[in-house]
Amino acid sequence: MTPVIGLGHFLTVAAILFTIGVFGIFLNRKNVIIILMSVELILLAVNINFVAFSAHLGDLVGQVFALLILTVAAAEAAIGLAILVIFFRNRGSIAVDDVNMMKG
Amino acid sequence: MVSEFAGFASLAPAYPELLLALGALVLLLMGVLAKKESAPWITGITIGLLIGVGVLIVAAPSEGVIFAGGYINDGFARFMKALVVAGSVFALILAVSNAEAHGLNKFEYPVLVVLATLGMFMMISANDLMNLYVGLELQSLALYVVAAFKRDSSKATEAGLKYFVLGALSSGMLLYGASLLYGFTGHTQLNEIAQAIALGDRNAGVIFGLVFVLAGLAFKISAVPFHMWTPDVYEGAPTPVTAFFASAPKVAAMALVIRVVFDAFEPIAQDWQQVVIFISIASMVLASFAAIGQKNLKRLLAYSSIGHVGFALVGLSAGSLVGVEGVAIYMAIYVAMTIGTFACILALRNEDGYVETIDDLAGLAQNRPFVAAMLAVFMFSLVGLPPLAGFFAKWQVFLAAVEAQLFILAVIGMLASAVSAFYYLRVVKVMYFDEPTQTFALPAIELRVVIALTGFLVITYYFTIGAPLSQWAHTAAGSLF
Repeated sequence: MTPVIGLGHFLTVAAILFTIGVFGIFLNRKNVIIILMSVELILLAVNINFVAFSAHLGDLVGQVFALLILTVAAAEAAIGLAILVIFFRNRGSIAVDDVNMMKG
Repeated sequence: MVSEFAGFASLAPAYPELLLALGALVLLLMGVLAKKESAPWITGITIGLLIGVGVLIVAAPSEGVIFAGGYINDGFARFMKALVVAGSVFALILAVSNAEAHGLNKFEYPVLVVLATLGMFMMISANDLMNLYVGLELQSLALYVVAAFKRDSSKATEAGLKYFVLGALSSGMLLYGASLLYGFTGHTQLNEIAQAIALGDRNAGVIFGLVFVLAGLAFKISAVPFHMWTPDVYEGAPTPVTAFFASAPKVAAMALVIRVVFDAFEPIAQDWQQVVIFISIASMVLASFAAIGQKNLKRLLAYSSIGHVGFALVGLSAGSLVGVEGVAIYMAIYVAMTIGTFACILALRNEDGYVETIDDLAGLAQNRPFVAAMLAVFMFSLVGLPPLAGFFAKWQVFLAAVEAQLFILAVIGMLASAVSAFYYLRVVKVMYFDEPTQTFALPAIELRVVIALTGFLVITYYFTIGAPLSQWAHTAAGSLF
């Protein structure tokens, strides 16, 4: 008998994806593009959460929320890439270690 | 589902937002279609539009809950929106005379400020996690662009990039918390979440959601331990933009924190109070010590703003009406002090251009006695010395903390305040007692007006706006309870 895939499985996948995304932002020392990909990963993990909860609760609001997140994520990626392009024009590099003019 | 829409009159509580949205679109079209250099008059119209919206909020109040409960306009929202509009207007005025030097002489800048203000209004009035998120993102996306607006400057673009990455991360954390809240309560509306929490047990999912949401919001108010972006962004962004960042978005994010903890998490007050007390203490203490070694004025003010967020959160920790009233008063006074201080920084211009390090202030008192005196007043007020406004701000929040029996918090806050006096007073010392090394140009007329106006409010706070402001803040806080 095949095991049933339930809410817990979806939440686990989403939690793992979210964690990978957060680690991708902090551990990666190579490339800012990877950070942008990690941000997308975080948002998609949240979307899995919303859709899974929505199906579990039998309530459509979660799916509406997921659609809003998709839309905003697209705008966010566009702005992130635009900022990255002007950063590259000024510095000639998009390595994370080169984002260091000001020390925090 | 039957549409609730019953004509434009039913949208009255959202008129300010509608006006801003329409205004942003019209201004953008005007800027694109205009043949000549359009930035100066677009800025003028924008300031007019924002003042109009401010008058609408204060003079023609229309309160209520619309959009199926997703949007709320109450006394608290109106108070905070008035502060946000004031911050935006003054930030635009500060940029008028030095737009070219800071790369802000393009018509997109005022339009982006209007869009960010619209986002902040939506945050303040959000009564639903979806509205909260969309408003927050509208504000953030506009601010990311504004931070990197000086495209040919390495520092500004680096500031924009850092702000974007950490802002996107914080939005992700907020959303993860929102998804957990939705899953474990079944609702996205703040008051329905509160009802669901009150009915059910206090389960781990809701607590996780609470922590993630608060972490995401702590990024936006730049509270420790989520403050890392603040000094870099404040230093790198053009100074008028920094003035904007330090005033309006902070008020909006603080209003959002208050709305969320009191509307959605009211039944688990114990839990959010612990989190707020922790970030409050961490912000006050870290900011006081980290600011001591700073050489750049804007960086110093970044740490100062982190510390002030900590002080404001002292009021919130109390979780009482007096506490919220204290936070409202604190944010109002903070906006006045911040705008005034940044106007003074923008007034520091020698033959080579704008200066922003503390050492450059040497001998300012001989050169520009008015600017030096006012900057000294703002520094004393930021420390919290009576009879300046900053003292009454701190008085109110510490009063609330003591009434709520949070004695340790109040003591730590006062000690942090004493430590912070060191770096504020160092600025005064350099201005008055160090030998002049350069001469400063006469600041533009509108800068002097802004400095004089904010300085007047800060000095005479107790005798002029103190009583009406407290009264209004009391009414505003009352609408949350």
